[in-house]
Amino acid sequence: MASKSIDNQIDPSPRVPGLRAEFVFRKILLLSGLVIVVLLAAIFLSLFLHSLPSLRAFGLSFFFTKTWDPVSGKFGMLSFLVGTLLTSFLSLLICLPFSLAISIFLGEYFREGPLSSFLRNVTELLAGIPSIIYGFWGLFVLVPIVRKLEIILGIPPYGVGIFTASLILAVMIVPYAASIGGEVISLVPSDIKEAAYSLGATRQEVITKVILPYARSGIMAGILLALGRALGETMAVTMVIGNSNLLPRSIFSPGNTMASVIANEFTEATGRLYLSSLIEIGLLLFLVTMVINIVGRYIIKKVSVEA
Amino acid sequence: MDRERVKFRIGKDKAFMALVILLSFFSMVPLFLILFYIMRNGLSSLSWEFLTELSKPVGEVGGGIANAIVGSFLLVVIASLPAIPMGITAGVYLSEHKRGRLSYLLRLAVEVLQGTPSIVIGIIAYLWLVISMGGFSALSGGVALGIMMLPVITRATEETLKLIPDSLKEASLALGVPYYRTILKVILPAGFSGIATGILISLARIAGETAPLLFTAFGNPFMNLNIIKPVNALPLLIYNYATSPYPEWHSIAWGASCVLICIVLILNFVTRIIAQRWKVQF
Repeated sequence: MASKSIDNQIDPSPRVPGLRAEFVFRKILLLSGLVIVVLLAAIFLSLFLHSLPSLRAFGLSFFFTKTWDPVSGKFGMLSFLVGTLLTSFLSLLICLPFSLAISIFLGEYFREGPLSSFLRNVTELLAGIPSIIYGFWGLFVLVPIVRKLEIILGIPPYGVGIFTASLILAVMIVPYAASIGGEVISLVPSDIKEAAYSLGATRQEVITKVILPYARSGIMAGILLALGRALGETMAVTMVIGNSNLLPRSIFSPGNTMASVIANEFTEATGRLYLSSLIEIGLLLFLVTMVINIVGRYIIKKVSVEA
Repeated sequence: MDRERVKFRIGKDKAFMALVILLSFFSMVPLFLILFYIMRNGLSSLSWEFLTELSKPVGEVGGGIANAIVGSFLLVVIASLPAIPMGITAGVYLSEHKRGRLSYLLRLAVEVLQGTPSIVIGIIAYLWLVISMGGFSALSGGVALGIMMLPVITRATEETLKLIPDSLKEASLALGVPYYRTILKVILPAGFSGIATGILISLARIAGETAPLLFTAFGNPFMNLNIIKPVNALPLLIYNYATSPYPEWHSIAWGASCVLICIVLILNFVTRIIAQRWKVQF
């Protein structure tokens, strides 16, 4: 704390040249920090205040009602809640084997060298591609493929729907889960790995019986943060999910997620209650992703301090 | 018997490694597929006219995306002007005050802000600016993007300044250099590349962001430089054209995707070069 001791020695007399600049500079630093904290609080407050009409009108039944009828002014978000949960968890399920493989690849098998830097660059690029591009590509390439699959399976060939959205989401969140997983796996102390090797374990046994159990909580945190992204992802999902406000019947039926219904209907929302219901969905998204992020980061911090 | 068991375990080990490598490389496939389709469908529509002309009505051949490119640029400038200085100063505050109640809250706020879905930021910009100004505007879109840039820059600045040893600062202070000059002339230049990297990453991120612009910048078929009027942006144009039923518009959307992905890739590439050439190391 070098700065602390120097702070105390500054004599606040106006004779010293540059002291005023010093004072202003410190205030600017403090102010910009304060502004960000206030900004976040203001975001929460605005969302809350603007969703009050809907909160008052529907209360808790907002979560359990599936009618979303702007004409008669009845709003319930059950079908979007189901749509969001289905797409997020399905995409996590698809993403899991791939992100785990990349984590092991980067964290254990190939920590350095051209192969690992190649894979690392590719995953970083995947994370950098804008979601609108994913959505566009999904709409014109993935949707026809899914449609063919649905014809083979003998179900109504929409092409768009929960399943297509989950596929796109899975591709998008693999990099997040993988980069955190790789870091956590590389943090596993080598003495416990060497102990297992000395007992005659093969590398596969070391990975599945020593490394993965040891890194479990960190990997879970990575998956949690990926879930946070999947929940809030908007554009790619909006373009391929089919935008139906009915409760999805199967994973192939069209639906809507919380984020996609906001994207679709916000500019058309006439009437205070309609807009307020959409903002309440936004508030819920904000709160859920906030909790997920705080918990995920807390776990990661704990894991990296322990290692 | 024992030998069989050992052979089995060795086989399992090899199969596991093969599976890991296979799955890892399989997850790269989407990147190449996406790049392949964008390039195949987009490169053909790229031309000088495409970049410098305005869009034409449905049915007419040709037309360009000049308004969207200019609009995106305008939005990025509006976002950067407040977000870059504020992000850096907040990052400096965090690195100078490692503990303390405000630092704790600020770190939490930055994390939460970074994880907030972009559509929610769009709602906020709508509530704060679009309603009070009475209409969609470039300004509201820029502010939404600026809010998304802030946490990225703050974090990058804090992480970079963490690497700079206290002795550097102490040496400067011991020479009688005032605190604010020490920060501005010694600490920030030493961490320049890390901070620049953070800024470029945040720019790459917001350049492709669509969701917060849907009900703030809104889109505009004409060229517009007035910041209180609606403005078009590359991702908005891609969204509107891709979801339209007209094949001519689809090909414009492919071309615009090609431009957008090139911008994002170039930003990523420059970021990497800066990070490698001017590494912050002590």
